Amino acid sequence: MPTTVTMTVNGKTVSREVEERTLLVNFLRDKIGLTGTHVGCDTSQCGACVVHLDGNAIKSCSILAVQAEGASVTTIEGLAAADGTLHPMQAAFKEHHGLQCGYCTPGMVMSAVDLAKRNPSLTEQQVRQGLEGNICRCTGYHNIVKAVLAGADAMQAGAGERQPAEMAAD
Amino acid sequence: MYSFSFHRPKTLAEAASIQGGLEEPKLLGGGMTLVPTLKQRLARPSDLIDLSQIPELKGIRETAEGLEIGAFARHAEVAASDLVRRTIPALADLAGHIGDRQVRNLGTMGGSIANADPAADYPAAVLALKSTVKTDRREIDGDAFFTGMFETALEPAEIVAAVRYQRPGKAAYAKFRNPASRYAVVGVFVAVFGSEVRVAVTGAAGSVFRATELESALAADFRPEALEGITVQRDDLNADIHASADYRAHLVTVMAKRAVVACG
Repeated sequence: MPTTVTMTVNGKTVSREVEERTLLVNFLRDKIGLTGTHVGCDTSQCGACVVHLDGNAIKSCSILAVQAEGASVTTIEGLAAADGTLHPMQAAFKEHHGLQCGYCTPGMVMSAVDLAKRNPSLTEQQVRQGLEGNICRCTGYHNIVKAVLAGADAMQAGAGERQPAEMAAD
Repeated sequence: MYSFSFHRPKTLAEAASIQGGLEEPKLLGGGMTLVPTLKQRLARPSDLIDLSQIPELKGIRETAEGLEIGAFARHAEVAASDLVRRTIPALADLAGHIGDRQVRNLGTMGGSIANADPAADYPAAVLALKSTVKTDRREIDGDAFFTGMFETALEPAEIVAAVRYQRPGKAAYAKFRNPASRYAVVGVFVAVFGSEVRVAVTGAAGSVFRATELESALAADFRPEALEGITVQRDDLNADIHASADYRAHLVTVMAKRAVVACG
């Protein structure tokens, strides 16, 4: 039985008809057209589908869209400013080449932002442990860790002038 | 995924009554086991009852004897709770090592114990911390809650509302985790209440159990050396591609020693 689900995605209220069994990731990709959130393993292991649900990183392949009714979701598309200026974490991934094929990158960035928000002074060990739910099959972890550390520093430096879309979604 | 109907009750009473007329309802906590199970078509409930909107299932409270944790407490919430870290730090540590960060942000304590996965972490805390499981209709002694592999004392449609844990003198949880799933290959929760020592073991058998051989050795002498040469004697230990039964028996003693050391 189709049902209507309403939530805030990247600061905008969206409402769509879905089946109860529709996963959040499919809602975002197929119903809203936000294909930056990827499906990798589809078994809650790899983290390519990580988005923020009410400010917390979650795997959008393991939650139903109807479970997110009324919630606020931020996807990778919601990180950059309206004028296209990259979020400090995105900029750090670019600067430090924290990607190879790029498939895992949206999930890595979303997990990294969540991690940096919770830990004002991240250590390399904390980054490696904090990203245990995200898998890079190119094994490009070395630069990813460098990027996350730099991105976290940049987020700290820029605290107080946060990106509008992200702020609206918190 | 097979199709189903979805319900979002606002009270515990509504969640209980709604199930009455339904063919095969299933309660949904954080969904970290249920949703993947549905995706693989390993279950076919007629209806899902989402428990996320019920205030009575939420919150972490201090009690005279320890803590009462609402069934819908997410693992990340328990891990980060100042109250839990101050009152029963071993419990916060256990919650903080379930799955990965993203799983801890959704998974719930009530879901973990109601599912009773033989390798889940929370069952060890329920057994070690002299707990009481509160449901929508009664209280169940934590020692009698787990009855087998994926089986509990819960009646059909009964809903876990909270768990009351008693504050031990000291306690620690040591887990040898599967590096991919992060489930316990073997997890041992050691808790000391005065002269009583409780050693609860998860991951090793079909259901969580208390290692009485280790308990009596530690009650006499609470040092890791006291466990030297003592192995759990059971014929129902799990054997799979991750670990043989003998290896699991060995791990129980090793993890118990580590937990004793961590108790300080």
